[in-house]
Amino acid sequence: MTTVLDRPVPAVTAASGRRRYGERPSVAYLFLSPWVVGALLLTLGPMAASLYLSFTDYDLFTAPEWVGWDNYVRALTVDPHFWNAVEATGKFVLISVPVQLAAALGVAMLINRRSRAQGTYRSAFYAPSLLGASVSVAVVWRVIFNDWIGTPERALLALVLLSVWQFGAPMVIFLAGLQQIPSEYYDAAAVDGAGPWRTFRSITLPMLSPVIFFNLVYDTIRAFQVFTGAYVVSNGTGRPSDSTLFYTLYLYEKGFVEFKMGYASAMGWMLLVAVAAVTALLFRLSRNWVFYAGDES
Amino acid sequence: MNAARLRTAGWHLFVLLLLTPLLYPIVWLAAASFKPGSEVLEQSLSLLPSHFVFDNYRELGGELAGVPVWRFFANSILVAGGSALANVLSCSLAAYAFARLRFRLRGPLFAFMLATIMLPAHAVLIPQYTIFQRLGMVDTFWPLILPKLLATDAFFIFLMVQFMRNIPRELDEAARLDGCGSIRIFGAVILPLVRPALVTTAIFTFIWTWNDFLSQLIYLSDPEKYTLPLALRLFIDTTDQASYGPMLALSALALVPILLFFAAFQRLLVEGFATSGLKG
Repeated sequence: MTTVLDRPVPAVTAASGRRRYGERPSVAYLFLSPWVVGALLLTLGPMAASLYLSFTDYDLFTAPEWVGWDNYVRALTVDPHFWNAVEATGKFVLISVPVQLAAALGVAMLINRRSRAQGTYRSAFYAPSLLGASVSVAVVWRVIFNDWIGTPERALLALVLLSVWQFGAPMVIFLAGLQQIPSEYYDAAAVDGAGPWRTFRSITLPMLSPVIFFNLVYDTIRAFQVFTGAYVVSNGTGRPSDSTLFYTLYLYEKGFVEFKMGYASAMGWMLLVAVAAVTALLFRLSRNWVFYAGDES
Repeated sequence: MNAARLRTAGWHLFVLLLLTPLLYPIVWLAAASFKPGSEVLEQSLSLLPSHFVFDNYRELGGELAGVPVWRFFANSILVAGGSALANVLSCSLAAYAFARLRFRLRGPLFAFMLATIMLPAHAVLIPQYTIFQRLGMVDTFWPLILPKLLATDAFFIFLMVQFMRNIPRELDEAARLDGCGSIRIFGAVILPLVRPALVTTAIFTFIWTWNDFLSQLIYLSDPEKYTLPLALRLFIDTTDQASYGPMLALSALALVPILLFFAAFQRLLVEGFATSGLKG
C-alpha cells in the first residue's frame, strides 16, 4: 500500500525540479557570458601574460625578450628605489589601516545611539570616503599640507591622514554591525553589573569581530593600491627622498614613463603575491580572534 | 530628565566637534576657490579670502592646453556615465546567474568571482594595456568602459547577488508556473525588485569612475580627450602661483556632481555600502 503511494511522489518532484531549474543549463551561461569573457580576456589571460612578461625585457613596441629572473633579481638586490617603495607602502599600510579602523569603530560606537540626527551624522562622516580618492581632494591636501610635503616623514604622514580622513566607509559597516547585536546581550551585561569597558571587551568586540575582520582585509588590500594622493602630492615622483614613492606609483613610473614593462610586470606579480600572502596571514590569524555567532560558517 | 537632556546635548556637541575638522577641507576648498591666486599658498589654512574674487572661475570659461574647459566635464560625464550603464547591465546579468540559476560550475566560479574583488589592478595593468594598444583603442574611452561591459567590477556583482538573494523565491516560481523562462523572469520579476541595487551600482560606479585617476592617466594622452582628473594634473605640473586659483576652482567644480549625487541618494548609498560588508 505504502509503496504504491510512495512511488509517484518523487517522480513529481523530480519532474518539477527539472522544469524549475534545468530548462536549459545554457541559459545560465548566456547570462554569465559577458563576465566569462571579461574574466578570461581581462583577468586570467592578463595574469598569465604578466607572469610571462615579468621574465622578459619589454617596451611595448618591440617583441618581449626573455631574460629569466633578471627583473626580479634587479628589483630585489640592485634597485634602491624598489626597496624605498616597499618601505613607503609598508609604513603606509601598517599605520593607516589600524588608525583608520580604530577611528571608524570609535565613531560608529559614538553615533550608534537612538537619535533623529543619527542618519545625518552617518552621512556627514561618510562623505569624505566618496570624495577622498579624487584628484580634487589630493590637490586640497597638497595646498593645505604645503609645509609638510617638503620633509619625508611629514609627507608620508599627510598621506596617512588623507587615508584616515576617509574612515567613513568602514564606519558605516561597523555601525550596521553594531545595530545587529541583539540588545538582550547588553541588558544581561547591565544586570550583571558590567562596566562600559567590560561590556565592550566581552560583548561588542566578539560580536563585531567578523565585521572587524571584513574591514581589516578590505582596507588592507585597498591600502596596498593607493595611488592618486601620492601622485598628486609628489608630482608623480615620490619625493621627498622616495618617502611617498608608493609601490603603485613606482610601478606606474617604470611601466608607463620609462616603458620598462617587463620590470613593471615583475613588480605587479610581486604585489599580487604580497597581497595574497598578507590576506592569507590575516585569515590564518583570524581563527584566534574572529567569533562567528552559532559558528554557522 | 534634565541630566539626560544635558547628556544628549553634550553628545551632539561632541559629534559636531569631530565633524568640524573632518569637513573642513571641503569647506576650505569652496572658500579658497574665491581667493586671489597669490593668497592661496601664503595663508593656506585660513578659510576666508581677504576679498572674494570670481576670476578663478572666470578663467575656467577659457581654455586649458588648447582645449575648452567644458570639454573635460563632457569627457568625464561620458566616461563615468558610460561606465555606470555598462556596470548595471553586465553586473546584473552575472548576478542573476549566480543568485538564481543552477549550473555545474557555480560554486567554483562564484568563489573565483569573489577572489577577483581582491585582485590588485596593477597585476594585470600591463597586459591589459598591451591588449588595448593592439586593438588600437589607446587614447579612446573604450579601455575605460569596455572592461565594465564585461563585468570586471566584481564588487557590484556581489552587491547585486546579495540583493537578489533577499527576493522571495516564490515570486520566481510563480512566474515559472505561468510559463516564464529565465530571461523573462530576470527582466520582469528580478530587475524591478532590485532597482535600489541598480541605482546604487550606477551611482557608485559613476562616482568611482569620476574620481579614478590611474586608468585615465594611462589610457588618455590627447588633451582633447582629457577627463577632469587629467585636466587637474595639468595644473599640478605648473609651479606658477597664479595658476593656484583656477586649479582650486576646477577642483571645487569637479566635486559638485559627487556632492549632488550624495545629497540626493545618501541613504541609498550609505546603506547599499553597509550591506555589502555584512553578509560577506
